[in-house]
Amino acid sequence: MQKQRIVVIGNGMVGHRFLEEIIAHAGNDHYDITVFCEEPRVAYDRVHLSSYFSHHTAEELSLVKPGFYEASNIKLLLGEAASIVNPAEKIVSSKNGRMVPYDKLVFATGSFPFVPPIKGYEGTDIFVYRTIEDLEAIEKCARNSKSGIVIGGGLLGLEAAGALKALGVDTHVLERAPMLMAEQLDQDGGAMLSRKIENLGVHVHAGKNTLEITEGDNARKKLVFDDGEVLEVDFIVFSTGIRPRDRLARLSGIDIGERGGILVDDLCQTSHPDIYAVGECALWQKQVFGLVAPGYKMARVVADHIFTEGQSAETSLFAGSDMSAKLKLLGVDVGSIGDAHGRTEGAQSYVYQNQPEEVYKKLVVSADGKTLLGAVLVGDTSDYDNLLQLKLNDIALPENPEALILPNTGNDGAPAIGVDALPATATICSCFDISKEDIAKAVQDGNTDLASIKATTKAGTGCGGCVQLVGQVLNAELLALGVEVKNHLCDHFEYSRQELFHIIRVENIRSFDELIAKHGKGHGCEVCKPTVGSILSSCWNDYVLEDSHTGLQDTNDIFLGNMQKDGTYSVIPRMPGGEVTPEGLAAVAHVAKEYNLYTKVTGAQRIGLFGARKEHLPEIWEHLIAAGFETGQAYAKALRMAKTCVGSTWCRFGVGDSVGLGVELENRYKGFRTPHKMKFGVSGCTRECAEAQGKDIGIIATDKGWNLYVAGNGGMRPRHGDLLASDLDKETLIRTIDRFLMFYIRTADKLQRTSVWMESLEGGVDYVREVIMDDSMNLCETMDRDMASLIESYQCEWKTTLSRSAQLKRFRHFINSDDSDDNVQFVNVRDQHRPATVAERIAITPVEA
Amino acid sequence: MNWNTICHIDDIIPGTGVCAKVNDAHVAIFRPLNNEQLFALSNIDPFAEASVMSRGLLGEKDGEFYVASPLLKQRFNLATGQCLDDDSVTLPCYQIRTLNGQVQIAG
Ligand code: SRM
Ligand SMILES: Cc1cc2nc3c(=O)[nH]c(=O)nc-3n(C[C@H](O)[C@H](O)[C@H](O)COP(=O)(O)OP(=O)(O)OC[C@H]3O[C@@H](n4cnc5c(N)ncnc54)[C@H](O)[C@@H]3O)c2cc1C
Ligand code: SF4
Ligand code: FES
Repeated sequence: MQKQRIVVIGNGMVGHRFLEEIIAHAGNDHYDITVFCEEPRVAYDRVHLSSYFSHHTAEELSLVKPGFYEASNIKLLLGEAASIVNPAEKIVSSKNGRMVPYDKLVFATGSFPFVPPIKGYEGTDIFVYRTIEDLEAIEKCARNSKSGIVIGGGLLGLEAAGALKALGVDTHVLERAPMLMAEQLDQDGGAMLSRKIENLGVHVHAGKNTLEITEGDNARKKLVFDDGEVLEVDFIVFSTGIRPRDRLARLSGIDIGERGGILVDDLCQTSHPDIYAVGECALWQKQVFGLVAPGYKMARVVADHIFTEGQSAETSLFAGSDMSAKLKLLGVDVGSIGDAHGRTEGAQSYVYQNQPEEVYKKLVVSADGKTLLGAVLVGDTSDYDNLLQLKLNDIALPENPEALILPNTGNDGAPAIGVDALPATATICSCFDISKEDIAKAVQDGNTDLASIKATTKAGTGCGGCVQLVGQVLNAELLALGVEVKNHLCDHFEYSRQELFHIIRVENIRSFDELIAKHGKGHGCEVCKPTVGSILSSCWNDYVLEDSHTGLQDTNDIFLGNMQKDGTYSVIPRMPGGEVTPEGLAAVAHVAKEYNLYTKVTGAQRIGLFGARKEHLPEIWEHLIAAGFETGQAYAKALRMAKTCVGSTWCRFGVGDSVGLGVELENRYKGFRTPHKMKFGVSGCTRECAEAQGKDIGIIATDKGWNLYVAGNGGMRPRHGDLLASDLDKETLIRTIDRFLMFYIRTADKLQRTSVWMESLEGGVDYVREVIMDDSMNLCETMDRDMASLIESYQCEWKTTLSRSAQLKRFRHFINSDDSDDNVQFVNVRDQHRPATVAERIAITPVEA
Repeated sequence: MNWNTICHIDDIIPGTGVCAKVNDAHVAIFRPLNNEQLFALSNIDPFAEASVMSRGLLGEKDGEFYVASPLLKQRFNLATGQCLDDDSVTLPCYQIRTLNGQVQIAG
């Protein structure tokens, strides 16, 4: 039997979703599938497009699992646009002259940004915001610009404005309507949003129309408004709406709506039954859906229909989609649900406004006051999930609906409906159409944490707006199943690291023995001992080799050096920021020669000396300390180093003193223990020569201050840092890092790098920002105090060690002899040496008893 | 039996180990708790063949003590030398005692 031939035009979010759906239905070799993909890369996550500015890799945005197309026998024509469709002969051709016959054709051509034909709109320095290429062009331009404007104050326009702000240019937003986000918000909500955004330093111009764009006098562009005013900026981004890409369909004789859009029915079929349209190019009941969730539903409907055709099986229908949205724009929480404008007949509304705190909330309820029709939330969207579920499930409202949005005063505050009240069919994730019962089922199948729920159901992996709710359903379900969520450290402590941290602090516990006597059982193990050792150090910053702490230290800490494969150690002195004087270098060279150490520049901008015998460590450090060095703690779960680039002091591009800052930070945070090791990076400009975005703390100079990235990682699973805040002055920067580190120390699990910790936090970097910058948990004062005491109690632990004669005895190889370890032998290599293999060793120590 | 005196028990910090030279052999001596209970095993990690066992972390499971090699963390029962992560491997054990506070190993 000949396979059915499917051709898909467009490899955007929805086109790709269709491919996943059809393969999920039919497996890999049921169909012959060809995809025309106009863009130079496979489908990527346009919803998170803006994150390209902080991550800069198209791979991270890609929606396609590596090997998926190959494994599924899908032929992808990359960079090749379809140019003619001939429905009579059922052939699609491209500009290259390629002709591909089809049995079923799917249009998934998306939409294009509409740019109003204002005089002068076609010049240079004018952009739209839709593809990775658009963003690359904007970024390049922003580098040589001081100011920019986004024309259009809708959802996307504000997102673009946020991006410009983060790129460090003076940012303006212009909206023709009298307020921002006119689609979603009412007048007062829009006004509140404008105020908040103005307070963030973005200039809002509402109720203005641009008549002309000309060359500027002080900046590159000049905008002339209808009220006669002018504004000069260096570049312009248009975000004035989208239009369906229906030209190809129109040319092919397929029916198009009056105002554009490929007409489709409930099966997403066009006027030609073998041709479908899905996503933003489709027009259903006079609506084009500019969101991804409805597009995904359409993709499923079409895959279902193609698969079930000819069988008696039932197929699904497209029935429209909810257009509610919750967003964080420029750091401002905004939510809009259903009929926000109260256009339904007889609709009544309740409004709560708190000007000092810049919060605005509105409920729209039905004439009989029984059901929720819509809502607007600005400045506080904590009620969003609750309200959306009330609306989507038509749940009867309480007698006084206003309590739903009034602040919680006293015990009987807002009647939270809670996930328990939701019907099993309630949609939790609208991007993937995942209901409460789907999640419950996944939990019953053994997916007991958020990460595996996301992996199995996909819930929460689209726009991400539902993640908190998914977490609540998960927890409720675990509770219902009687599953106890265990995070015990080990057999000896029925507590997690976080809980132990709390106990140690609150009860002022100073040793492992005290802790295990009061709160544990048995004698400890290689899991709890180092963990508790690290917590004790994070809390009190004692010398780690006090007798009571010595047995807690892991391999490297117990002799303050990294153990090598033959039992020798590496010695890595601190070189803050990567700086080292010629005298310092000479001292290092001298020590290396005297103790016959293999010498290498490490991956962290400092010098490592390898192959040091344990009994030589104290003398080696004595020399290094005398030459002004300190321990580099390459052995400790603590700050390793701050990698820097030369920055503005030498580099012709530098806009900030990255070395100076790196040295200061390294000295500030050195010494105290953290859940895992930490690395910092500081770059002097956006060229990022210090690779700061791959570090736990990454700082990049801007012409206004410093951008702070957190939770980056190199190593086993590289992760780009998240932008926590931009354009900070130094004082704010340091305060923010202080708190970030304290929050990490308090809440991370054992051996959890900041990257993994960040990913385990519900709400991610936004949540961290709330805690450490907005003080949402009222913790900042304590964290500031704790950090101050850690910094104050710093000591170079090698210096302390040298001052204690009892310690020095520990470093001998034998307790009863001055001999050295005869197993340690070297073999020459490239003018230095390496450990001998066992076979290469000369005399082997007898091991029999 | 010949008892070799090694050191005073106070020379071993509770919760840690030391390495002793006994007739050219490297012997690891462990003192898990703050008392006179001692264990002695070969100091040679049988996996890496490096003289490091005394520098490992001590642990306890169901009342029995073990040491985790400082290199690749394989665990060995202190009383029997049995490797808990690989049935086929055991570390040689030595007899050990304290006499008037002096640590002694047979051999
Ligand atoms: C010496 C050095 C390699 C070199 O020759 O350059 C090195 C050597 C070791 N690294 Fe590293 N890492 C060295 C730079 C790095 C870097 C580069 C950097 O810091 O910019 C990275 C990637 C950056 C990062 O961490 O994000 C790196 C990622 C790792 C990882 C993976 C961590 C992760 O979260 O993915 C480990 C394993 C671990 O920590 O659990 C590791 C672990 C190790 C250990 C400790 C393995 C071990 O347990 O014995 C090695 C011991 C070294 C020693 O004896 O001193 N090393 N290691 C570098 C010492 C830098 C220093 O001056 O302190
Ligand atoms: C910055 C930004 C933020 C957004 N945020 C959100 C959000 O938070 N929530 C949300 O729900 N939605 C959001 N959206 C909208 C969402 O991205 C779209 O709804 C979604 O991408 C639509 O998918 P699509 O496949 O229909 O169109 P697209 O993703 O645009 O894909 C269409 C593809 O078809 C290609 N194509 C067109 N014509 C041809 C041809 N003739 N031959 C070959 N290929 C062709 C195009 O090049 C394009 O790659 C956002 C959009 C942007 C730009
Ligand atoms: S990459 Fe592996 S082998 Fe190389 S230094 Fe790092 S840990 Fe050691
Ligand atoms: S609603 Fe978008 S990811 Fe769940």
